[in-house]
Formats: sequence, structure tokens, C-alpha cells
Amino acid sequence: MDKVEKTGKDTELKVKFFDRIFKPQVITLPNGNIVERPRSRTPFILLLLILVVFWAIRMTGFDMAMIIKRFSKLLDLLKKIFAPNWSFFPKVIKPLLDTIKMSILGTVIGCACALPVAILSSSNINKNAVTVTIFRFILGLIRTLPTLILAQVCALIFSLGTFAGTVAISIFTFGVVSKMLFESIETIDMGPFEAMEALGANKFQAFWSACIPQILPVYLSHSLYCFEMNVRASAILGYVGAGGLGITINERVGWRDYNGLGMVLLTLFVVVVAIEFLSSYLRKKLS
Amino acid sequence: MSEKLKKIEQSLDEKLTAAEMYASRPRKWLLYLIVVLIIVSLVTWSASDVNFTGVTTVGSEVAKGVFYGIFNPDMKLLFGTTETDVPYLLLQTIAIAVLGTLFGGILAIPFAFLAAENIMPKPVAYLFRILILLIRTIPSLVWALMWIRVTGPGAQCGVITQSVCSIGMISKMYITAIENLDTKILESLDAMGCTPFQKIRYGVIPQLTASFISTMIYRFDINLKDATTLGIVGAGGIGASLVQCLNSRRWAMVGSFIWGLMVLVMIIELISTKIRKKLAHGEY
Repeated sequence: MDKVEKTGKDTELKVKFFDRIFKPQVITLPNGNIVERPRSRTPFILLLLILVVFWAIRMTGFDMAMIIKRFSKLLDLLKKIFAPNWSFFPKVIKPLLDTIKMSILGTVIGCACALPVAILSSSNINKNAVTVTIFRFILGLIRTLPTLILAQVCALIFSLGTFAGTVAISIFTFGVVSKMLFESIETIDMGPFEAMEALGANKFQAFWSACIPQILPVYLSHSLYCFEMNVRASAILGYVGAGGLGITINERVGWRDYNGLGMVLLTLFVVVVAIEFLSSYLRKKLS
Repeated sequence: MSEKLKKIEQSLDEKLTAAEMYASRPRKWLLYLIVVLIIVSLVTWSASDVNFTGVTTVGSEVAKGVFYGIFNPDMKLLFGTTETDVPYLLLQTIAIAVLGTLFGGILAIPFAFLAAENIMPKPVAYLFRILILLIRTIPSLVWALMWIRVTGPGAQCGVITQSVCSIGMISKMYITAIENLDTKILESLDAMGCTPFQKIRYGVIPQLTASFISTMIYRFDINLKDATTLGIVGAGGIGASLVQCLNSRRWAMVGSFIWGLMVLVMIIELISTKIRKKLAHGEY
């Protein structure tokens, strides 16, 4: 800052560290004015990116030639998957319903827990900065845990089955919905709330009739979005023993019955598309 | 709609008192009732099959063990430098996510342009949209199980799985960016007599780079979380070791893996939100 003033260039408020090392290009315009053009950062970012990619390739042992050479194996698999075994369909229905039930129950429980926590962790309603930070930190921690790891732990604790999956989905939903919700709550208009307080309503009454109507549609929309994600996520939870389609998928892959796997994936595809369509229609209505 | 407006105008003309206005407030209880009924019936239907069988004796031991592990992590594992220690596995997870996102982001570009309605004819666009949807619905774990037949177990499988999986979401977000292109810029470049190459260089690329990069950083966030779970099927990263330790009940090791994972994901999330905010506000 001082340096800028000393050299007399008060048109620029702040000289960035980068521009001090790589002096900007000075261009004299035809009318005699002098303008500065900062050096482009792109080459340096690209160089950094290339270095990172080389490091990553060495770290993972990525070998493109080998993949191209053996690519035909995947094509064989895909050929079998795209020729689904229709007679397997009756065996898919039960785990499919389990998956849907798991995600419905998990979403409802998770969303119900998320509402109060989200309200408590939004800084415009809860004025106590310490509790807000604590709540947010805990939410952040919950969100870092991958669903499959959660499901694995739950399956060990509650024995194998749909209950473990439901618990895992509830925890995951709780983390995600709370975060999305408190971000939306912080953008609501607090004017009506203040007006109600000025009229003599107590905090709860003011909140109930001024804030809840604003929060409710957003809350429902976030819940639907999360339900969409959950159906897709819960399909694989069975892989670690938490019930649903994942068990069937695991079984089919284990027996190398890729035609059966194709049938499972096809039903999953149809259900996911149907749910996505319904939920996006409802969310459009809500907004 | 117009009737409603008339009614509102009438009520404004009548100058109602506050009590009268309150009495004629909109009532939506029927809608709320229906929503609540639907949710309750769905919950009862789904609760019928999800039965709580109680915590098994092993279960309470597991729960205790996990908590014990989280508060007493294995420090040697957490800060060690060999190939089985947490830092190395975390770096490997990052490497998988970096490569997966980069390849996915590059592979998604042709898909996105082919599926954008303002560039391609509608039938072609719809065909590619269905293809993208198909890629998106197959869970990443299933992709990993398929690719593992090609590459064999290891970090390589994780990379190729994520490259394919990422195409779905990334191209979906690319498509929105492409469809929001400001065509007036292209028209004015046309009027100036620019060649198609110049039009792409100065009219299209500057409009798209910021949102494309932002999308890729966002996906990197997701891929990193995903890469931790891909290890379960043997696709490298930290997940495999974590699950092994869980199953063999080595709680201190489980604790250190969980700590490493949490710290990594939180740091990456913070950085990526910061970069994406900068991109959205037009700085570099």
C-alpha cells in the first residue's frame, strides 16, 4: 500500500503480490495516455496443473495403454448388461421396494431432525455466535462421513438389514438438508418478524407466523431434492449389507450374471427417472 | 386469476379493518392436510418393512469401539510416511479425484455440446440427454465393479471409474452454461467479419471457462468423497483400509482413518467454496 503511494500510482488501490514480481505490461496509447495491463496468470496455473497431473499419474499408476488394450472386456460386459434377463424381474421387485422404503423413511427422519438444527444454526435467528459456530462445525463433521462408511458401521451395530440403511440415510440427509436449509434461512426477509415483534408478539409467535411461511416451501423443496439423491445412494448401500438393491447387485456381480445385473440396473434407471421427474415437477410448483 | 385480482382490488376499495382482513386471510389447510396425509401414509407404508431388531451384543461393542477409536486414534498411523499410513492414502485419494475430475471434465465437453438444444437438432440432443442420464443413474460402485475387470484392483480403477461417472453430472451443468450463451456477442463478432475460429476464441470460450472450471471444482469436491468409498470394492484410496480395519475391529486405526478423512474433506470443501466464490464474482 505504501509503495503504491510513494511511486505516485494512486489509480491502483492495491498491488497484488503477483504483479510485484511480474511487472505489468505498459502500453502507450496513441493519445499519449499510459495504461498498464497485468500479466496473465494462466501460464502459471497451467504449469501448476500439469505438475499436479504428472504427480497424480505417478501416484495412481494410471496406464492409458493398458486400458485401451483391455477395453474390449468392458464392451463385453456392457453388451451383456444391455441384454437384460427379463425373467429375473420378479426377484428385483422386493429389494427395489426395500430400497424405496429405506429412502422414504430415512429422508423423513433426517429432514424432521434437520429443521430445528438448521434454525438454530442460522445466524440471523440465533444471535449467539458461539452456538452457531458449534452447530455448523458438527454439521460439517457429519457431512464429511461418506454414506457407505456410515452404512457399514450401522450394519455392524444394528445387524444386517434395512434398519441399518435407514439409519445411515437419516444421518446423511440430516447433514445435507440442515446445511442447505440454514443457507436459505439466512436469506429470508426479517422485516415481517420485526414488525410482528413491534406489534407485541413474543419471539415464538413472531417466528411462527413471519418466518415459517417463508421457510416451509424451501424446506420441502430441499427435502425432495435430498430424497432424489437418497434413492440413488440407497441402491448401493446393500453392498455393505444394509439392505435393498445393493445386495442383489453384489450377488449378481459375484455370480458374474451380468444379464441379471442389467435387469437390476434397468429397473433402477426407470424408478430413478420417474422419481426425478416427479420431484422436479413438485419443486417447480413449490418455487 | 383475473377474478382473484378483482377481488383483491375490491377489498382494497372497501378499506377493511384489520379484523376483517384477518378473517378473510387465505386458508390453505386443505393443501397442508393433503401433504401431511401423503407423508404419513408413505411413512407407515415404508415403516412396515423396516423393522428394528435391536442392537446386537456385537453391535454395542462395535459402537463403543468406534467411539474409543475416534478419541484414541493411532498416532503412528496418522502421521507416518510409509505406503500404508494415513497421509499416503489421503494423497492417493486426492490423486484419484484430481485425475478422475480432469478426465471427466474433458470427456464431458463433447457430450455437453452434443446435448445442448441450442446447437444440435432436438432429436440428437434428446438422444444424448438419455445417454447422459443412463451414465448418471448407474451407481459409481457398479461402474467400479465393471472397470475392475478391465484394470484389476488398484488406484487406476478408481481413476477410470470417476472419469466415467463424472461425465453425467458435469455435462448436465455444462449444458446449462452452453444454453445460457449470449448469442448477441457472436452476432456482433459476425458483423465485424470474424472467422469461425475467432468467433469461438473470443466469443464462446471466454463465456464458458469460468462456469466450466467452477463445475469441475464442485465435482472435485464430490469425487473426493466418492473416492474414499470406492476403496470398498478395491479401487484404491483410503476406503479399503478403513473397511478392513472396521471388519477386523482395530478401533485405534479406524479412528485415525476417520480423522484423516474428516480433516481432508473439510479443508478441500473450504478451499473449493472460496475458489468458486471468486470465479462467480469475476476475479481470478
